[in-house]
Amino acid sequence: MRFILRRLGFYLLAFWVSITLNFLLPRVMPGDPVSRMFARSQGQMTPEQVDQLRKLFGLDHRPLWQQYTSYVHDMLTGHMGISISRFPSPVSEVIASQIGWTLLLGGTALVIAVVVGNLLGILAAWRRGGVLDSVLPPLLVFIGSFPYFWLAMGALYLFGVVLGWFPTGHAFSVGLTPAWTSEFVSDVATHLVLPAATIVLVSIGGWMLGMRNTMIATTSEDYIVMAEAKGLRPHRIMFRYAARNAMLPAVTSLGMSLGFIVGGAMLTEVVFAYPGVGYQLLAAVQGLDYPLMQGIFLTITAAVLLTNFLVDIVYVRLDPRVRVA
Amino acid sequence: MSATDPAVEVRESAVVAPGAATTPGTPAQPPPRVRTRGLFRSLGRNRKAVVGLAILVVFVALAVLAPVVAPGKPSLITDVASLPPSSSHLLGTTAKGQDVLALTLWGARSSLLVGFLVGVAASFLGVLVGLASAYFGRAVDDLLSLLTNVFLLIPGLPLLVILAAFLPPGTATIVVVLVITGWAGSARVLRSQALSIRGKDFVAASVVTGERSGFIMFREILPNMASIVMTTFLGCVIFGIGSQAGLEFLGLGDVSTVSWGTNLYWASNDGALLTGDWWAFVPSGLCIALVAFALALLNYAVDEITNPRLRSPRGRRDRAAAARGRTTDESPTTPTVVAVEGAR
Repeated sequence: MRFILRRLGFYLLAFWVSITLNFLLPRVMPGDPVSRMFARSQGQMTPEQVDQLRKLFGLDHRPLWQQYTSYVHDMLTGHMGISISRFPSPVSEVIASQIGWTLLLGGTALVIAVVVGNLLGILAAWRRGGVLDSVLPPLLVFIGSFPYFWLAMGALYLFGVVLGWFPTGHAFSVGLTPAWTSEFVSDVATHLVLPAATIVLVSIGGWMLGMRNTMIATTSEDYIVMAEAKGLRPHRIMFRYAARNAMLPAVTSLGMSLGFIVGGAMLTEVVFAYPGVGYQLLAAVQGLDYPLMQGIFLTITAAVLLTNFLVDIVYVRLDPRVRVA
Repeated sequence: MSATDPAVEVRESAVVAPGAATTPGTPAQPPPRVRTRGLFRSLGRNRKAVVGLAILVVFVALAVLAPVVAPGKPSLITDVASLPPSSSHLLGTTAKGQDVLALTLWGARSSLLVGFLVGVAASFLGVLVGLASAYFGRAVDDLLSLLTNVFLLIPGLPLLVILAAFLPPGTATIVVVLVITGWAGSARVLRSQALSIRGKDFVAASVVTGERSGFIMFREILPNMASIVMTTFLGCVIFGIGSQAGLEFLGLGDVSTVSWGTNLYWASNDGALLTGDWWAFVPSGLCIALVAFALALLNYAVDEITNPRLRSPRGRRDRAAAARGRTTDESPTTPTVVAVEGAR
């Protein structure tokens, strides 16, 4: 219990740091965002509008600590301001309409990569020096060296443009309305294949090698020798004895890799014009939509922290040593 | 987060002991340097390391020789747009009519330089934080570990994008931003390694002789973790090259400089994908992948040399020996996941 509370405190602190970072960035940087937007709009903004924007950002002449407290209060209550590029919808509404797609893409890719990668790692470690162990790791490391977005571009070109097997962008075909019909679901699935496959391809190598290395350490433990001596079936030793204990580091990196998946998904989303949060973040940067930008950053951070906290809770259940400490 | 290090207590009591500090000139015990030299010699024998080094040397040579091989400004429009590879343009031309080979060669300069700078700066920061954290312990350790963990958890790419959007665009900005987001991983790995060395007797002995903290940290602890520093450095370089390409691909860098990332940005902006100009985006991406692959190979080679368990047994005799050695092996059981983390 103490462990959980300590982790909770840590995540709250991390969240506070990111809020503060968000607050300080526009105020510390040279030139405030409003004048940049004013310069961009080439005189189409009236002074009243500029004034309004300044208020929106909190770039008024109140003392800094007052701005800060009201900013933190706004963020915690979900008032992230109003999007500029999608005026007049509030930032939270814009994010809510798109986070589902990112979760779908990132979640699918993560689950496939974790399950397949760990299985491959277990098998490779079990048969040290076998075909799987000697061929796959270098290959996966090589594939993993490619930038996410480049593989995505290649896949888009090859399977989308040249072969025409899969759609080249967006989450579903134009003209379809989201509904739980088989037609819509299968359409979404075909749009999901390419982006998810590229993420899986790049990230699977890390999982496999991580699992292989821990698994090698586990297989040299005494209790494995003991299990062998007892005459247990190899299958049972591999999964119930060795892999089960080798899973722990993988669980930890699962939490850590979520942020990575969100980031990787972001580039993939941009290449495939997939309407997720990452795609929106880039659009917000290009449109100098600072409130939306910051809102998305905070949402992603909050999501990552929350999932890490959940992983910690699972960890307590899995590893009794944590409970004692 | 960090248990109190028993070695700290040793230091506290030892410093008071009179007589111990009266022989300042003699180092407690010569820091074992042999491992460092041995590392480089074994690198030459490792196949992965040799392949990786060879690829890297080729790329560095191409980057240095870019003005000779492809003279003139690479972004200059030299021919008809969207020519496929031919004898006059070995890699074809872009949708604007620039020579792709020249762009790729010149792009290597910026990409390698940024990768190297980020690697040096981020791992330097990591070494500093990790060493200080492990050496001083207690409050310093708690504070620095907290900071490291917070930076590790905040998702990297979104933070990169936000930072890059607020700072003025340019190569310097990219380096700064990448260092800010990239140091934490190496700091954590280095801290845990430094912590185990901190507990060794020769460090305690140096403390007793009254060596300065800086001397102990950098001259006695640091040389003993050379291999880990090396893997984190390589990891940081991979991170730097990949993330720079990602940022520039998103248009967040200075789009007028020539680098592999901006080449890909322009290729995608000019619609090379949809018109089928594969030669416009394949070379730059392949170069990034090859360099990252070479660095990853080096990384794994260092890992294998320093952690014998990861070496794949070659012959049957080796394998039998490995099987027999299972119970007698006494090397630390921590698997090195540095390389995997670095590759992200």
